[in-house]
Amino acid sequence: MKYGFYPGCSLHGTGLEYGLSTHAVAKKIGLNLVEIPDWNCCGASSAHNRDPLLAQALPARNLALAEQYGLNDVVISCAACYQRLKIAELATQDKKARVEIEEVIEMKLKGQAKARSILEVFANDISLEKIQSHVVKPLQGLKVACYYGCLFVKPPEVAIDSSENPLMMDEIIKTLGGTPVDWAYKTECCGGSLSITRTQAAVEMTAQVLRYAKLAGADCIATPCPLCTSNLDMRQKAAEKALGISFNLPIYYFTELMGTAFGLAPSELGLDKHFVEAKSLLQNLSATEAQ
Amino acid sequence: MKRIGVFVCHCGTNIANTVHCDQVAEMAKSYPGVVYACENKYMCSEPGQMMIQEAVREQNLDGYVVAACSPRMHENTFRKCAERAGLNAYMSEQVNIREQCSWVHADKEKGTEKAIDLVRMAVAKAVRNQPLSTSTIPVTKRALVIGAGIAGIQAALDIADNGFQVTLLDREHSIGGRMAQVDKTFPTLDCSACILTPKMVEAAQHPNIEMATYTEVESVDGFVGNFDVTLRKKAAYVDFHLCTGCGLCQEKCPKKVSSEFEMDLGPRKAVYVPFPQAVPNKPVIDANHCRYLLDGKCGVCKKICPTGAIDYEQKDEVIVERFGTIVVATGFEQFDISKYEEYGAGRYPDVITGLHLERLMNASGPTAGKIKRPSDGKIPEKIVFVKCVGSRDEAKDRPYCSKACCMYVAKHATLIKEKLPQSKSYVFYMDVRTGGKNYEEFYKRTQEQYDGQYIRGRVSKIFQVGDKLIVRGEDSLVGRPIEIEADLVVLAAGMEPQKDAKDMARRLGISYDQHGWYSEAHPKLQPIETHTAGIYLAGTCQGPKDIPESVAQASAAAVKATGLLSKGELTSEAMTAECNEAVCAGCGLCMSICPYKAIDGKKITERVHGQMKEREVAHVNAGLCQGCGACTVNCPSSAMNIKGFTNEQILAEVDALCQR
Repeated sequence: MKYGFYPGCSLHGTGLEYGLSTHAVAKKIGLNLVEIPDWNCCGASSAHNRDPLLAQALPARNLALAEQYGLNDVVISCAACYQRLKIAELATQDKKARVEIEEVIEMKLKGQAKARSILEVFANDISLEKIQSHVVKPLQGLKVACYYGCLFVKPPEVAIDSSENPLMMDEIIKTLGGTPVDWAYKTECCGGSLSITRTQAAVEMTAQVLRYAKLAGADCIATPCPLCTSNLDMRQKAAEKALGISFNLPIYYFTELMGTAFGLAPSELGLDKHFVEAKSLLQNLSATEAQ
Repeated sequence: MKRIGVFVCHCGTNIANTVHCDQVAEMAKSYPGVVYACENKYMCSEPGQMMIQEAVREQNLDGYVVAACSPRMHENTFRKCAERAGLNAYMSEQVNIREQCSWVHADKEKGTEKAIDLVRMAVAKAVRNQPLSTSTIPVTKRALVIGAGIAGIQAALDIADNGFQVTLLDREHSIGGRMAQVDKTFPTLDCSACILTPKMVEAAQHPNIEMATYTEVESVDGFVGNFDVTLRKKAAYVDFHLCTGCGLCQEKCPKKVSSEFEMDLGPRKAVYVPFPQAVPNKPVIDANHCRYLLDGKCGVCKKICPTGAIDYEQKDEVIVERFGTIVVATGFEQFDISKYEEYGAGRYPDVITGLHLERLMNASGPTAGKIKRPSDGKIPEKIVFVKCVGSRDEAKDRPYCSKACCMYVAKHATLIKEKLPQSKSYVFYMDVRTGGKNYEEFYKRTQEQYDGQYIRGRVSKIFQVGDKLIVRGEDSLVGRPIEIEADLVVLAAGMEPQKDAKDMARRLGISYDQHGWYSEAHPKLQPIETHTAGIYLAGTCQGPKDIPESVAQASAAAVKATGLLSKGELTSEAMTAECNEAVCAGCGLCMSICPYKAIDGKKITERVHGQMKEREVAHVNAGLCQGCGACTVNCPSSAMNIKGFTNEQILAEVDALCQR
């Protein structure tokens, strides 16, 4: 299976371990991800606050590039990138908008390239059966709060799953042998866009997500989004301080959990690049299993 | 050449604002056949009609065109006007320059241009109009009422009291409908069963009412005065002639199933009567759960039935009956609250709907009238009501107001406080709509005497923590988020059409709106009729309503139905199909497509090359034909024509448009 791959900036920065684990798992499962040459910033949260045309032209250029290289399925890990590219894909269905954007990016757009989230490609294109067949170290007894964040499931026109109670990641965790917990904060906001500008507000929102994951009995949180992860992981200390409780919840990219269940080494997955110590929980898991 | 008059209506400013009516009339004078044209502010008014009649006499007109509103509004008016002027009614032609022109255009010049074209076309047709005549068709003096909820029962009783035979049909095996599930009714707090069951019994015992419960409508053929309805009497596996309704079988049946009537809050058996006051009070066997019917094991009910009424061999029975008129009273379904995933309905047992609460309050309900939480049977102390769940929400494709929920929530909050004085009810609302006699006063009492706390705002999320439901929303009057830890959440689910409402509409040949509510013939002036003659609407199948409104509409439908039945015969359609036998090849395509079965074949003999030859051609029964035109479209040799809409007339209209 050959797919275009759009890493976005976070997979080279704060979400390095997301990139590592995504590639490691893809290689293992036979998913050929071809990085789009000369890709550019998706515009993320800043462009659409400045200029709507810029906000669509930036991601549209990546779609145009993908088309040129014959990579019509563009797999995207980062939720913010996914949303920007998906919105550009939908906007350019309109002929008038497409012509305007083509003028700006000085490239042709056929409208064939589709923005696809890595989560949905694993769940639908690869299939749960195929994921199951690669599991060598099941995540036995691991209680996981699947946290989808907002950008993959809202607004409805770009959603890959239900906006209120998505289950795609839960199904994957179940396939890996883990136990997804039922909780109500799957798609609540982590405060992502306030993380820099109003850090305290973001910390308070993050704290609520962590609190309800803990209340639901989770050992850890799985996410498909680098922005959520940076808030939940990096700001967990601050959140603990804000509420006066200790969480100690490792925040995993779902691909890290996949890789672990596939028997890949922690270093291959970037498990050492976490703020909240993340290796021991998974190592203890295999230890109890070995007994 | 015929002498045609043209009368252009201003319709006050409805047309005159967007169309230069004087120019339209002036232009019309130049069309072939037009000898007179004028305009008037209100063509349908008495002076307007007099103007037409005078012109007919003075100008010696053969026919005329009225350029005005939709023929749906005034075609009849102008046809009668033609008769008063001494013309055949069908020499009056109406062309729509309002709904299809002035109302949909803003540019007066363009509107005028279009009106001129429309009139030119109408004149081309009017020149070719021929006098038409009607005949009569007999009326079968029986009514069918589909759906035996409160609306159906009321309609059936009223028709029966007026001396006509009625068949009261329901697919469930007891009559009573939704109202039977309700515990109390607002604003009087009457016990619902106490006011409904007397009517149910009266219907069952009325000499003019024939009950057809556990029966479905398969198909409807025919037309006003003579509907041929195919009914499927579902197999009950119980012989109702032998069954005495003693209830032994229900007592001894070993198979427990969740009860639909109790909103899945309690059990029923595989052989069962849905509720104690059911009419008829005789059980049916649910074939999907009966152990004997599924795998041949058990048979307890057959063994113990004292009258031998159990009959596992019973089959569905299909019969065709003829009715003169049909009242549709098929009711509503409660909105499926699981569509609101943020409210956790379906995932949390203590998030329930209004109907669930009715059953929890009801003395013969699953908790014998004690309000207990479905999850653990605890008596709730904090109860949160969320209004407009599945109403006034475009995101859920339910933009309409369900009308009854505001009042039933006020009723619930009142009754809960009466039953559980320690409890506290919170009501999240968008608006409170209590238009109705004594409704507002009732709502005021809920707040002032029963401590119902109303919070203006939507609920964004409901989730469970421990054994509490956290309800998170906003109080928009205070401008702050609000969180309530509730023991029980009641979602005021709106009304939606029956799941098979659209199928039913297609069977009946009536129209429905985008949601599936049945469309009345006119929203203001014909709220009971459908666009299909002889079929009337009653109750919530037409749109959300409360009980008094349903009952009122049911009685109105009964008046319409009896009015029709009391006529000995009906005037048939004049604009019917006719076959040009010289051209007809007898292929039969028109016969198969005719929805009214009005066309059959007939043999004609004709001389071909000196020899007498017999061949078959189509023959239209004018009494049955409703002039729909399906045969005309389907006829490969153009032998079929609708009188008043002939191929020649329509082509003349097209020519008139193209030749300007």
